[in-house]
Amino acid sequence: MTVKEFATTLGLKNWTPDLDLDVPITGGYAGDMLSWVMGKAVAGSAWMTIMSNQNVVAVALMTDVACVVLTEGVEPDAALVTQANGRGVPLFTSDLSTYELSAWLGTALAAQ
Amino acid sequence: MAGDGVGCAVGMEYTYDFHLHSCLSPCASDDMTPQNIANMAALAGYDIIAVADHNTTLHARAVMEAADRAGIIAVPAMELTTQEEVHVLCLLPDLDAAEAFGAYVWDRLPDIPNRRDIFGAQMQVDSRDVPVREIGRLLISATNIGIYEVYDLIRSYGGTAMPCHVDRGSFSVISNLGFYDADMGFPAIELTEACDGEAFCRAHPSLQGLKHYVNSDAHSLEAIPDAKRRIVLSAPTAGAVIRAIEGKCL
Repeated sequence: MTVKEFATTLGLKNWTPDLDLDVPITGGYAGDMLSWVMGKAVAGSAWMTIMSNQNVVAVALMTDVACVVLTEGVEPDAALVTQANGRGVPLFTSDLSTYELSAWLGTALAAQ
Repeated sequence: MAGDGVGCAVGMEYTYDFHLHSCLSPCASDDMTPQNIANMAALAGYDIIAVADHNTTLHARAVMEAADRAGIIAVPAMELTTQEEVHVLCLLPDLDAAEAFGAYVWDRLPDIPNRRDIFGAQMQVDSRDVPVREIGRLLISATNIGIYEVYDLIRSYGGTAMPCHVDRGSFSVISNLGFYDADMGFPAIELTEACDGEAFCRAHPSLQGLKHYVNSDAHSLEAIPDAKRRIVLSAPTAGAVIRAIEGKCL
């Protein structure tokens, strides 16, 4: 599954429309403690979080996740949107919960 | 200009900024060297400063030496990241305590390498800005020290501590935990310049009764404001600063 397919299927709002979204998603990570994410998230994952500040981009770059989804209706800070676009990190938001998104992704990846 | 209770010494007011970052913090400008900070702080009218880098006291000696030459006082300090990703300002009484505390924290900081292309460089320099080495381990990770442990820990080194920028939306005790608990034990909190402390504490009643300190959290030389905030001390020393924050006799 690609980032584009994930986003389209779940109706995620895209905050980085100019980025290439034909990037494969190979796993998922759900978590908000940036230090934990930094040490645990695996490259190629879709990262679900409620953290909305610009540090999210730094952690996404460091872990090389495929995309970031802010869940539960959280809106990104303006600085996060700027950083995500400038540094090429696909950023989405959704009203779905972290659990709902993760559960859907897990099922979809398992069915591939 | 008064003592803090019966039998306490009479003090004087000193200008302070207890929360500056040096070039050891990856997020700070490269020109935030100990010498530049000390000279800029002296020019801006400070009597006492503290450079509180993320999870390290490796610049304590250089900052104290540079401050001494600039004619101001430096309190050795650290901005500790707790397990909960809450930032806590830790102030130490002397260099030995700062270095021992720094070593304790280093052992509790995960061994994740810094990516300077993402976070910036972590340069250690001496008090005359000569590079010593670049620190390879990422200093801004969370330690495995829990927020309920911090106060007793810092007291065991003779220091004191206060949660940082509690009114900010990230890395603060309020933003990350949603509340402050008196059992955490801190004598004070740090607020940002923009915060209305009285209103903020009314909105968060658990903070009432704690002293407030406003620091710049400057990460660049131009972000160091002209000195304005004052603290009453019996003497311009790190020990007197810690006693004042602790609410003991000056």
